[in-house]
Amino acid sequence: MTQEQKKGTIQEINGPIVTIRLPGVQNGEQVRIGSLGLYGEVISLEGDEALAQIYESTEMVRPGEPVEGLGHPLSVELGPGLIGGIFDGVQRPLEEMFLKAGDQIPRGLSPLPLDREKLWHFQPSENLEPNMPIINGARLGVVQETETVEHRVIVPPDIEGELIELAPEGDYNLEETIAQVRDRQGRVHHLKLFHRWPVRKPRPYQSRDNGIEPLITGQRILDTFFPLLKGSKCAVPGPFGAGKTVVQHQVARWANADIVIYVGCGERGNELVDVLDSFPKLKDPYTGRPLMDRTLLIANTSNMPVVAREASIYVGITIAEYYRDQGYDVVMLADSTSRWAEALREVSGRLGQMPVEEGYPAYLASRLAAFYERAGRVETMDCGKGSVTLIGAVSPPGGDFSEPVTSHTKEIIQTFWALSKELADARHYPAIDWVDSFSADVGTAAEWWHENIDRGWEKRRAQALAMLARDAELSRIVNLVGPEALSSAQRWVLEGAALVKDGVLQQSALDPVDTFSSPEKQFMLLDLVLTVYDEGAALIELGVPVQELSEMPVLARLRRCKELYDSSQTDQLKAFRDEALSDFKAIHSEYAQRGEQTA
Amino acid sequence: MSAKEYRTASSARGGLLTVADVPNIAFGDRVHIRDQQGNTRNGQVIRSANDEVLIQVFEGTAELDLESTWVRFLDEPVEIALSPEILGRIFNGLGEPRDFRPPIVSNLRRSISAAAFNPAARTYPREFIQTGVSTIDGLNSLVRGQKLPIFSASGLPHNRLAAQIVRQAKLPDDDSRFSVVFAAMGVSYADARFFEEEFASSGVLGNVVMFVNMADDPPVERLTLPRMALTAAEYLAFDLDRHVLVVMTDMTHYAEALREVATAKGDVPARKGYPGYLYSDLAEIYERSGRIKDRHGSITLVPVLSMPSDDITHPIPDLTGYITEGQIVLSRELHNQGIYPPVHISPSLSRLMKDGIGKDFTREDHPHVSNQLYALYARALETRNLASIIGADELSARDRRYLEFADAFEQRFVQQGEDEDRSIEETLNLAWDLLSSFPPQALTRVNETEIAKYHRQSA
Repeated sequence: MTQEQKKGTIQEINGPIVTIRLPGVQNGEQVRIGSLGLYGEVISLEGDEALAQIYESTEMVRPGEPVEGLGHPLSVELGPGLIGGIFDGVQRPLEEMFLKAGDQIPRGLSPLPLDREKLWHFQPSENLEPNMPIINGARLGVVQETETVEHRVIVPPDIEGELIELAPEGDYNLEETIAQVRDRQGRVHHLKLFHRWPVRKPRPYQSRDNGIEPLITGQRILDTFFPLLKGSKCAVPGPFGAGKTVVQHQVARWANADIVIYVGCGERGNELVDVLDSFPKLKDPYTGRPLMDRTLLIANTSNMPVVAREASIYVGITIAEYYRDQGYDVVMLADSTSRWAEALREVSGRLGQMPVEEGYPAYLASRLAAFYERAGRVETMDCGKGSVTLIGAVSPPGGDFSEPVTSHTKEIIQTFWALSKELADARHYPAIDWVDSFSADVGTAAEWWHENIDRGWEKRRAQALAMLARDAELSRIVNLVGPEALSSAQRWVLEGAALVKDGVLQQSALDPVDTFSSPEKQFMLLDLVLTVYDEGAALIELGVPVQELSEMPVLARLRRCKELYDSSQTDQLKAFRDEALSDFKAIHSEYAQRGEQTA
Repeated sequence: MSAKEYRTASSARGGLLTVADVPNIAFGDRVHIRDQQGNTRNGQVIRSANDEVLIQVFEGTAELDLESTWVRFLDEPVEIALSPEILGRIFNGLGEPRDFRPPIVSNLRRSISAAAFNPAARTYPREFIQTGVSTIDGLNSLVRGQKLPIFSASGLPHNRLAAQIVRQAKLPDDDSRFSVVFAAMGVSYADARFFEEEFASSGVLGNVVMFVNMADDPPVERLTLPRMALTAAEYLAFDLDRHVLVVMTDMTHYAEALREVATAKGDVPARKGYPGYLYSDLAEIYERSGRIKDRHGSITLVPVLSMPSDDITHPIPDLTGYITEGQIVLSRELHNQGIYPPVHISPSLSRLMKDGIGKDFTREDHPHVSNQLYALYARALETRNLASIIGADELSARDRRYLEFADAFEQRFVQQGEDEDRSIEETLNLAWDLLSSFPPQALTRVNETEIAKYHRQSA
């Protein structure tokens, strides 16, 4: 193929789908159309004509205007300067566009994603010398990208051979060559601090690995009840207003990941502003540095052109893979994959493809699966370990989990955090339903908890879930015949389940103490509530009326423990536990005495 | 090119007209169509190729005959003329006056399909707006720049509530006045008149721009009308620094018009015959609200929509709920009990409330009080269900207290007069009146300091 750019003309405009005549264009190739130079991508070919989907509004574009092929598929720039930024669905830097072009996003403007002038201090790897063989993915050196993130400059995946020259330590901008590599064909590649990679092609790795440790999010219902492993995939479905976004924001804030990539895909503009406003002020609980120093935002808000929405999650996952290849644990949050699926549907509808379910094209399931499969814990090309954990929000129409996007997603993922409208209506947050949610990784997570926190974890978790199930059963009876029909022991189960819900499951994202719970605190709270329940159950055996137990003042304080003591105040929690137990002991001895007197 | 007229119309069906062999016509171009009587209709190009152009005709294609139809392409997008003179005026969905006064003359014309706001240009809305309605201010607070729809249904008093919000909305300690943009799509004469009289009697008419499309006006015009209204709102907010409250009614009629056109075009339907792009299309409208960095004005959007058959999972309310920052849901049950405004608080929500209330905005106890009322009311509704099965006499004393709370909450807190303008202070004090029927230890969502300060038994 020649290097000269391919030229052609527009034939027809149908919203974001444009028919072009551009001989020699490849499927998937980037094009610029019209006098404004709008960006788009070829999605099908037929003879000399091709269909292109355009990332920007095609208003006032006309047939006959020029088209040019750019010779490469949709790609992203990968290098230092990504973290802390906000990009649109095709990686245009939004902050810079705002400074250059004002409030609204103009058409045809395409500033480079990464700053070319900024100097980065490059520290070459010590184990590299000229004339050494070098593999793709090998670490050439490091650049301190933000205070939190050390950017590891790696050889791009498609380059391998012999290292000819490596730049000495010093300040370089992105355009300067920092290494030269001669490949097996004898071609010399000038490597820079960044490279480009096509977004629809997964980046290579050596092998896949099993997940070994849970992602700690500081959210009790997630970590304790439905754990997610690093490198795993997870869906968060829920009707509107159930709190998907808050759950995603909380994970983005408090997860013990190295890098967080937040893709706002077809969602509200103000939600991204919320992240942009609050993250620089919030501190990462693990490093103490601003959260924005490890966070990157991709924003295609719901009013932005729909085709760029389809691209946005691929842009996000490719950047995630890039940091994985540097040996990092990356979390990517996609809010919401349903909007991405709808973008697929819209394009397929305009192409006149046969719809299968609710207008979605037949390839919905395979596209979803292929996307989620890009998550995983891997051995990288240079024999390190890295992971991409993928958490996708799903927005089922009418909250119906049997709709195509939710049901296809459910088949692929390992952890399912189902949000419930009923819980949200009662302001039980996070409104994660303990009946519908599941995690396939409890066994692996248990090993971690047993080793690092407490050997009783799996048993206590199971006990709490069993109590919640029993509670649901008993509540049905109460709703039919009233609470009087229950025995004292059964009524104490209801009280115990209420304590689990209030004292453990409910967690306020807005309360400065409660918003994050360390694994130690999570287990202590759970164990405390269940110990209180067990003590009470023993007293009921002795004949203590359930009324007396329910009115113990210590229960009201137990419900507040989560917000009274922060994650470092484990001593105070222990003290409270002793106090609670002595209250029970007092009742116990009182009744034991009475029992002896009557005997 | 605009002088040239074409007579090559090749098909007309529904609101769509096809014209053959017109080269190089821009997508989205405005079109004038002259029929055999010499009347001009308006249209817009929605698909363009050299051999065939598809035009959406706002007034429909009834009584067109292909032979004597003349089509002129204006080579401009659909635009609206803007000047401060638009205040106090009434327009149709094409921006033409419908108040028998001359059209707006201005050099400033803007395309009604504005480019999306850059998220980096937005500022987060956090200024509490007091509407004087307890269920909104206390439990689902509205902030400047928010989009908060009213989910209603036929026969419910959504128009009265919307009018009350327009009348009473203000920022505490701030007397800068709202401008109002009112967009009515497919409304009845009675409804349109109701709003006109409301605006006139409350003296805001001079600050209102009205865009009206009646139930018997062409439905295709409903598609441009909200975009006309929002372009006007953006002008008032970001050019003239005004705080604009946009009320749109009824978004259901808008979506139905969209479905009508989509079906005529042969678009693949998704749910209930609505096109797959209904979400994106609604988002283009709703997302035009907000606040922008370094601009003084703001656009607060209160769309009203009626839920077909009271069904909140119907695509229109469902997709709206996914885009907007909360929703105020009206209940037929409360309405039938004579409670105004019949706000059903359980499914109602304001997503931006958390950052606009509390210590520096309303009062320090506000977030907790709201949370506590929600939790108690949810529990009380469960108890009411139970009572309806086993009878109230069978309930424990504790449960009976919840039952009484549910009634008191609906009668005193939810219920208020149409002219009753409660300050946020009054709303919160009223909330504490109700909370005080519970002993302090039953109130787990408010903290001990707040109980000591506001609980009637402690105070």
